Amino acid sequence: MERKEVVIIGGGPAGLAAAVELHKQGVRDMVILEREDRLGGILRQCIHDGFGLGRFGESLSGPEYAQAFIDEVQARGIPYETGAAVLELTCDRKVTAATRSGLRQYEAKAVVLAMGCKERSRGSLGIPGERPSGVFTAGSAQAYMNLYNRMPGREVVILGSGDIGMIMARRLTLEGAHVQAVFELLPHPSGLPRNIVQCLDDYDIPLYLSHTVTEIHGRTRLTGVTVAEVDVDRRPIPGTEQEYTCDTLILSVGLIPENQLLEGAGIVIDPRTNGAAVDEALQTSVPGIFSAGNVLHVHDLVDFVSLEAETLARSVAAYVAGTPPVPCNLAVEAGRGVGHTVPQRVSGTADFTLSLRVTGHYRDCRLVVRQDGREVVSKRMKKAIPAEMVQLAVKAGNLRRIGALEVSVE
Amino acid sequence: MKKQYTCIICPNGCEIEAEWDNGKILSVVGHTCPKGEQYVRQELTAPKRTIASSILVENGVLPLASVRLTAPIPKEMIFPVMEQIRQITLRAPVKAGTVVCRHVCGLESDVVVTKNVEERKQEE
Repeated sequence: MERKEVVIIGGGPAGLAAAVELHKQGVRDMVILEREDRLGGILRQCIHDGFGLGRFGESLSGPEYAQAFIDEVQARGIPYETGAAVLELTCDRKVTAATRSGLRQYEAKAVVLAMGCKERSRGSLGIPGERPSGVFTAGSAQAYMNLYNRMPGREVVILGSGDIGMIMARRLTLEGAHVQAVFELLPHPSGLPRNIVQCLDDYDIPLYLSHTVTEIHGRTRLTGVTVAEVDVDRRPIPGTEQEYTCDTLILSVGLIPENQLLEGAGIVIDPRTNGAAVDEALQTSVPGIFSAGNVLHVHDLVDFVSLEAETLARSVAAYVAGTPPVPCNLAVEAGRGVGHTVPQRVSGTADFTLSLRVTGHYRDCRLVVRQDGREVVSKRMKKAIPAEMVQLAVKAGNLRRIGALEVSVE
Repeated sequence: MKKQYTCIICPNGCEIEAEWDNGKILSVVGHTCPKGEQYVRQELTAPKRTIASSILVENGVLPLASVRLTAPIPKEMIFPVMEQIRQITLRAPVKAGTVVCRHVCGLESDVVVTKNVEERKQEE
């Protein structure tokens, strides 16, 4: 058993930013555990640009954004281990990892959960049909193309209008595939508006809302899919079925925090985010275990992941320095039009950033935080859409020590 | 004539409305920064885009290094530029920041490597 002040699980954008900020805060005794062969996480395969506009003021590709943090980790001599998969985390902060040098155990003062998220797969959709090859999640198609130089297929249909799906529609088109269409179950797109323009419209790829794939055809290789329109309850409408001949189906149907390790430690999960429920210090229900980035809640932009991880690092640094924790007993609830909030509970004595997503499309609306019905802070928005994460700065001065908070769209 | 645009310059994706007549832009409204207006003016006259792709790497720990353009190019040049990028091969080690093609297709844009790819060691 090795003792560490901080063990960071995950060497993607959240873990890297947390490590650098912890180092700036004076923490030295830490290690980043990364299960892949290299640091950088999902950014390694996100070769398109558009990253870092908030942070670096220029449009970088994913690998460049990651490298900026990796360079900083290396320059500061922060220890990390790749090929180290964490198998277990306990509530007393013991971390067991399978590493190149065998099974290793760490006993940490604080643990940072920075494992990112995973894609919803075909199995979770329940589409009938055989199990032919040619059905990929958008992220695995992206890894095939951008890391391993393998083309997933030639005639492509995409189910789901998540950002990665749209980005892969463009990528496949640039490499000579024919992307026939993107079908979205919901009546609104799941991804960012700019990606509809620059990934679909630019290449004349149609996007059909309120449509889904109802059947998958082919025995060894995919030969086609059946697509149908859906009603307001998302049920296929009989008689609207259409057949598409294709050898590839790309799924971009949602991301889920990679939260398997949380259960072993008995960490309370918020069913709305599928990540840990945290307080304003980004501490989970288990003292000394903190969480940030996509494992906490799925973000739209990596810039926000980095910022959140840095906020986390400052709380972790205070925690390991022995600063007594502030009790966080005020619940933050998602009201009308709001899907989830992070953090889920606050003290009322410290400023914090509230992250949330709305559930529908709104125009000229106000996001309002109320405490016992009294307005605490609000943000006027020209438009609010589920694809975009919204953040609100909440000042402690506006809060009372008792009374739950509720955020809603008005 | 009026037309709606979604700005692609940053993730805000401002919805911008432009009004023009006889090739002359009369008004641009809805943008929240000057880049939005520039974007719409460019869309109306000569739309430009940046692209990202990969080039082959010999003897690297990965078969590919990612690349991007340093400046946007006319939309109609996207596929000719892709063809040009496809011709490029490098030998590992490859460093991010290396310009592998200056003025691609004669345009005011370079192809730059965005990922380090180390040399493959014997045992790997």
